[in-house]
Amino acid sequence: MKDRHVNGQRLHAQGITLGYDARTITDDLSVAIPDGSFTVIVGANGCGKSTLLRGLARLLRPRSGSVFLDGELITAYPTKEVARRLGLLPQVQVAPEGITVVDLVSRGRFPHQKLLRQWAREDETAVVEALAATGITDLAPRFVDELSGGQRQRVWLAMALAQQTEILLLDEPTTYLDIAHQVDVLDLCAGLQAHRGYTLVAVLHDLNMACRYATHIVAMKDGAVVAEGHPSDVITESLVREVFGLECRVIDDPESGTPLVVPKHRPVRVTGSTDEEKNHVPAQA
Amino acid sequence: MSVLAQGAGRTAVFRGGAVSLRVERRSVVVTALLGVVTVGSLLAALLLGYYTVSIDQVVRAVFSEGTPAEEYIISDLRLPRALTALMVGAALAMSGAIFQTLTRNPLGSPDVIGFDTGAATGALVVMLMLGGSGVLTSVGAGAGGAITAAVVYLLAMHRGSNGFRLVLMGIGVGALLLSVNHFLITRSTLYDAQSAAVWLIGNLAGRGWGHVQLLAPALLVLSVLALRMSRDLRMGELSDDSAAALGLSIERSRVLCVAIGVGLAGVAVAAAGPIAFIALPSPQIARRLTKVPGPNLVPSALVGASLLCLADLAGRELFVPRQVPVGVLTGVVGGLYLVWLLTREWRKDRR
Ligand SMILES: Nc1ncnc2c1ncn2[C@@H]1O[C@H](COP(=O)(O)OP(=O)(O)OP(=O)(O)O)[C@@H](O)[C@H]1O
Ligand SMILES: [Mg+2]
Repeated sequence: MKDRHVNGQRLHAQGITLGYDARTITDDLSVAIPDGSFTVIVGANGCGKSTLLRGLARLLRPRSGSVFLDGELITAYPTKEVARRLGLLPQVQVAPEGITVVDLVSRGRFPHQKLLRQWAREDETAVVEALAATGITDLAPRFVDELSGGQRQRVWLAMALAQQTEILLLDEPTTYLDIAHQVDVLDLCAGLQAHRGYTLVAVLHDLNMACRYATHIVAMKDGAVVAEGHPSDVITESLVREVFGLECRVIDDPESGTPLVVPKHRPVRVTGSTDEEKNHVPAQA
Repeated sequence: MSVLAQGAGRTAVFRGGAVSLRVERRSVVVTALLGVVTVGSLLAALLLGYYTVSIDQVVRAVFSEGTPAEEYIISDLRLPRALTALMVGAALAMSGAIFQTLTRNPLGSPDVIGFDTGAATGALVVMLMLGGSGVLTSVGAGAGGAITAAVVYLLAMHRGSNGFRLVLMGIGVGALLLSVNHFLITRSTLYDAQSAAVWLIGNLAGRGWGHVQLLAPALLVLSVLALRMSRDLRMGELSDDSAAALGLSIERSRVLCVAIGVGLAGVAVAAAGPIAFIALPSPQIARRLTKVPGPNLVPSALVGASLLCLADLAGRELFVPRQVPVGVLTGVVGGLYLVWLLTREWRKDRR
């Protein structure tokens, strides 16, 4: 059997070109996910973060270039084998009508199940653990349609956790969550990474949370990686200007010492043309 | 384990050696009850009618110990016709369940992929252009439906699969073929046009043991294949990305499911013509009874079997001395059902 930790990079992409129909989103992009890292991908809306994750998880076939998993071309594995090694929480989800939380989370066990092995003890344990880890044990018998957005987000996260893959790609796992639950989810991810040796890749929009939790940051712009490395090296005033077009100051987070991005104060500008905005601005002045 | 204690009320787990299975309790109970209803429908179809007979007489006739008249009415007329109804109903319902799950749409049916219109085209070509009838019509219908479905599938899938594009492409190709069908009928003689019209309604009158013998093995094979795909179908209810990330080979499983669904519809149309509105409501009724997501294949099949058997009984006996083709009755009942479904969905959206 081959060494699973080739170059310390179980998952890496070499010169991949990804796109939809005629449009190219990433051109000749190479990126390596350090093993055992908590890698956070940041970048503006539409820059290709989700597309990259889909490419890494084999949901989108690169036009050229290759993705490698455990030293082999990812395309060489049977689909279920990929799903036993690598999990993905997509950004957008569809819940089947009338499904309960526990049933949905149980579907995360699919890659481990067979025709006659549909609900082994390990399946049960994994689901119970995933529910507990995301704090939704109480919600187990409820219908997913009837949950709040944040509760639903945690159900999807639980489904990905129940899959029990050592590499986990999370596309905006903290969207819809209140600040306490954001911290809970990120603590959970950090725990999996630190104590279980999981490799986590997450797309986050909150740069300060990204800096606090990431061991490795990948900054993307227009489908290309513009910087990667440790948060304190990567997140600088010039990078935020380059990637997001935002003037800011980067100071030390008083709690963690990691970079803290504070947008520069801008006087309120009258840019709106709608009546509402026109009426609104003078009222503030 | 407290969580699954909550789940335990709903599910039962069987484990032994390498085998482990889990079932929803309610689903099992509902399926058993539907089985009873199905047997009841079969009995009703045997007992009731212009000549009402008793259970004794049925038993005697089935074991060839009744009077010649009893044996003729029960064994040669009613039994094969009722069995055909049950099997056609089950095939249509499973086909509907498969397409509704694939398209994630309660209005899914074999026709979303142009099946029924294509089957009609095939049958009309045989009847009106080649002058064939009987078995040849059935073959034409099955082939027409299958070819249409394949074309729609390939057109819709040529850049990755997508359930919604499948529906749109099915509607487009269906509309096209409908004009072809009208054209074929308008250029035929009155007599031919009339027999074509009768076929197009869907009918079970005169179905005998020959039909049963052809239908039973085909249905058995297709049902086993469909049941094997039911786990894939359940996963396919998630978004394509989620299902693929969980290890479902989306393209492969979708092609197989479409093929099985088309096969089931093909068997049904070959036996009875295009019977409307069994494929559409049966899975929805089954799902509302079991209250579990997924294709609910077995309960759907039982609902479809009972519905079609009872509809055929009604068509046979309610309008004596005339027999009304079962397709007319399912059309009326199904239309009402559709109105109800749509108003219900509409209210839900407004809530
Ligand atoms: N299925 C699709 N078909 C066609 N174009 C797509 C598709 N999905 C995304 N795109 C396009 O690809 C580009 C990159 O999209 P992507 O979803 O990767 O962005 P993102 O960085 O994840 O953005 P966000 O922060 O808003 O989630 C966008 O311009 C988008 O319009
Ligand atoms: Mg995205």
